[in-house]
Amino acid sequence: MGITIEGVSKRFGEFQALHPTDLTIPTGSLVALLGPSGSGKSTLLRLIAGLEKPDTGRIFLTGRDATHASVQERNIGFVFQHYALFKHMTVRQNIAFGLEIRKASRAEIQARVDELLELVQLSGFGDRYPSQLSGGQRQRVALARALAVEPQVLLLDEPFGALDAKVRKELRKWLRRLHDEVHVTTVFVTHDQEEAMEVADQIVVMNQGRIEQVGSPAEIYDHPATPFVMSFIGPVNELSPRSQLSCQLPEVQTGPHQLFLRPHDVQIEVNPGSSGVSARVKEIIHLGREIQAELVLSDGGSLWAHLSREQYANQPLQVGQQVYVRPKVVKAFPVKKNDKKTEMTRVPVGA
Amino acid sequence: MKPDGVSGVKPEPLTNPWLSGLLIGIVGLYIALLLGIPVVNIFYQAFREGIPAFLHRLTERELLSALRLTVLTALVVVPLNTFFGLCAALAIAHRRFPGRALLLSLIDLPFSISPVVAGLMLVLIFGRQGWLGSWNLRVIFAFPGIVLATAFITLPFVAREVLPVLEEAGTDQEEAAKTLGATPWQIFWRITLPNIRWGLLYGVILTNARAMGEFGAVAVVSGNIIGRTQTLPLFVEDAYRSYATASAYAAAVVLSLLAVVTLVAKEVMERGSHSRRVF
Repeated sequence: MGITIEGVSKRFGEFQALHPTDLTIPTGSLVALLGPSGSGKSTLLRLIAGLEKPDTGRIFLTGRDATHASVQERNIGFVFQHYALFKHMTVRQNIAFGLEIRKASRAEIQARVDELLELVQLSGFGDRYPSQLSGGQRQRVALARALAVEPQVLLLDEPFGALDAKVRKELRKWLRRLHDEVHVTTVFVTHDQEEAMEVADQIVVMNQGRIEQVGSPAEIYDHPATPFVMSFIGPVNELSPRSQLSCQLPEVQTGPHQLFLRPHDVQIEVNPGSSGVSARVKEIIHLGREIQAELVLSDGGSLWAHLSREQYANQPLQVGQQVYVRPKVVKAFPVKKNDKKTEMTRVPVGA
Repeated sequence: MKPDGVSGVKPEPLTNPWLSGLLIGIVGLYIALLLGIPVVNIFYQAFREGIPAFLHRLTERELLSALRLTVLTALVVVPLNTFFGLCAALAIAHRRFPGRALLLSLIDLPFSISPVVAGLMLVLIFGRQGWLGSWNLRVIFAFPGIVLATAFITLPFVAREVLPVLEEAGTDQEEAAKTLGATPWQIFWRITLPNIRWGLLYGVILTNARAMGEFGAVAVVSGNIIGRTQTLPLFVEDAYRSYATASAYAAAVVLSLLAVVTLVAKEVMERGSHSRRVF
């Protein structure tokens, strides 16, 4: 029983930041709240922390009703996107802050701070000020400070959002390892699906103040519950039901559907004898580990395809070349009438 | 890894020596004309008859009384406006409430109102013919009036200096302290106050300088009673007008020295902070 949320909602003025939401986060797990900006993920995190008060619903932390508990009483660790280190204190003083508030003895504080500095690999940096550290180091100090008070729950709000790509990757791996060592129930907010997939055991996908799906990274990717999840996690092509690629699909016959095709599920053949839909290569972009081709179908629709380097080496393409495409897997979501949500999540092809 | 903070960015030095020479020349000349020559002249005039004569002027009863009144006024007004300015800045920066924008512009009001008008407003309220005249409060032509006028004039300084610092710092650090278990009182003393201390100090220094130097508003409300309600700036003017120029210059030197002392105090404190930490 880590964190349980029952019917929690939050409104800021006219803006419904979070619709009534239920969620259970098991003890010791590492969970990502994933969604675009304005999806309510940060609001949900701040509600768990007590930095915001819910309009409705109840929040339980480790089985105890914490709905009306103050931030101070909740015994949480919180890490902010922009670190929020105390600028006028050294690294050591920052980490010691929570312990001093709890009136720990000097020796105790000393020992705990040393231990944490070692944990975040900043042993030689205790006497520096935050302004003398790099972004990645600052965020590790922020983590150490949050962990110092041995929180029941560790909450991180876009913890790597302000860092550059390389440091980000390092810190992700490091957070994963840290969690395996410390085992504290951890929830982090991110808008980066790759980050969520890499770090988390469980992903909570959010959109427009609602939870779209909860599942492991593999479940979310392979079995997206909604068109939004499909298009938010990984690149997709959205197919028009009238497209030559989709008109033969059995789903299309039974009623209106939203159809998605992953770029790596596009099969390209150059043989004129093949059964695929004819298309022309418009652009070829080398993305490093794969090659992205933009194709224009003979009916005018466009399509992104991703080819592995081997595929491309075996079958090089040229701009302007005539090819034949066949979808390997198309994911179809029935469109409910008057379902605003489905309509709003429509994304441009290739997004 | 290089720090990604805002620190460490230094402007490129001007490469054209003519241009930098010209710029420095203009600034130097302007400051010399406006500030340097008059200040040097004050000191020259004050000490022209020698140090013993200067000291003799300083011990004149009227001057000492004016000095006492000025220091006393500052001692009351500075803490008062420091407290008020801090409250106002905290309220405006960290809370959203109806009338917030109004409060912000009201705080600026003393900047835009002529000090003489400010003094007059007090007379219209507390003077014998004023609204509260019949209550017979001894405000006008007395110490309370001087304090009120000075407080009005120096109202904006602390709030105006502290507000941008608070807004730049945001509420992240306070929230972080909260999640670590700190009470509002602990957060104020251990996080907020240390963060704004330089802005606050600068505001206090400006308040003090203005409180000691204010002339217009005080002139209207104090009645300028020699030895009783005459502050140091009023004394300077009075002495000058009655052809006691030597006394006027001596008092002017005292006023300038008070200003210098505050500036030196600020400088020393800032140096102390720089040697301890790198920005």
